[in-house]
Amino acid sequence: MTRLTADPAFGLALSIGVFYLARLLYKRMRHPLLNPVTVTIATLIGLLLALGIRYEDYMEGGQYLHFLLGPSVVALALPIYERRERILKMARPILTSILAGSVASILSATSIAYLLGGTNEVILSLAPKSVTTPIALGISEKIGGLPPLTATIVVLTGCIGGAVGPEFCRLIGVRNIFAVGMAMGTSSHGIGTARMMDEDVTGAAYSGLSIGIAGMVTAYIMPAMMPIVAIFL
Amino acid sequence: MLSGAAIILISLLTGNFLSSYFDLPIPGNIIGMTLLLLALVFGVVKVGTIKSVCEFLLQNMALFFVPIGVGMIAHFNLIGREFIPITASMVASTFIVMAVTGLTAQRMLKGRGESDDSVDR
Repeated sequence: MTRLTADPAFGLALSIGVFYLARLLYKRMRHPLLNPVTVTIATLIGLLLALGIRYEDYMEGGQYLHFLLGPSVVALALPIYERRERILKMARPILTSILAGSVASILSATSIAYLLGGTNEVILSLAPKSVTTPIALGISEKIGGLPPLTATIVVLTGCIGGAVGPEFCRLIGVRNIFAVGMAMGTSSHGIGTARMMDEDVTGAAYSGLSIGIAGMVTAYIMPAMMPIVAIFL
Repeated sequence: MLSGAAIILISLLTGNFLSSYFDLPIPGNIIGMTLLLLALVFGVVKVGTIKSVCEFLLQNMALFFVPIGVGMIAHFNLIGREFIPITASMVASTFIVMAVTGLTAQRMLKGRGESDDSVDR
């Protein structure tokens, strides 16, 4: 059994197979809580625990998928480049609102965790929570958080925004579709953007754009924010 | 396809190298993305060369999150122990970010007359 589960093909086949089924399920049900990433992670954790498979064995194959997160971040340069004219035209409102949101994200996540008695590693793992996973992982590692905890938080954060984000925007009077898109992308990255696809295509384009910009903005302002975050440690 | 993959990997490698060699506080993947963006802007790299690889990576990005997500298995104790600060911070902060970003964007776009008809106030 161990020999089989430690085969790199095992972790790869399991991840891709379960993800494929989860995506089929999502396409059929269209329920935000059935986000394919969440369902796949939950299923795999259940399987590993039930069958007594070690995470290290699973990662013999899983590491190859994990590696591709890095190149994926680099690939975000293309959609940003392709929309450069529109971005430059609206540069000031786009950058200002995403910057405001990113600062609010770092400060609110770390201060709330601090006030409720979170330990340093938890507070630092929460700091980059709004940005897309591969960027959040890089930031978490840099500032001394726990990357796997950050990954969990990031995916769950996306699920919250994806489930009730557009409803929340309506509730607080944000109706401009560009504004809703940017709010979704900045707060709940790719999962929020997937939800926007069901709402409005233009909004989804701005949501997608915000993922890359919010990720870059957060990565570049984090060093400057660290003295403030350090107050909560 | 192969040349595109090479360009992306070289961007990433350069980003990682700069990040670790100069001990920069910015992740190597972000530096790599910035380098590729600059290469596109200055015409060093053509869109056609990297397009198919980029699309493959971006369309399947969700799948690449899975292994690290499963990694939370090793942190169940920590998550259980600090369930309240983690959950409360995550939920509240998500709505705060959404409100700050959405309200700022709506106000600024309205000022520039670029809001669409659905704005009613």
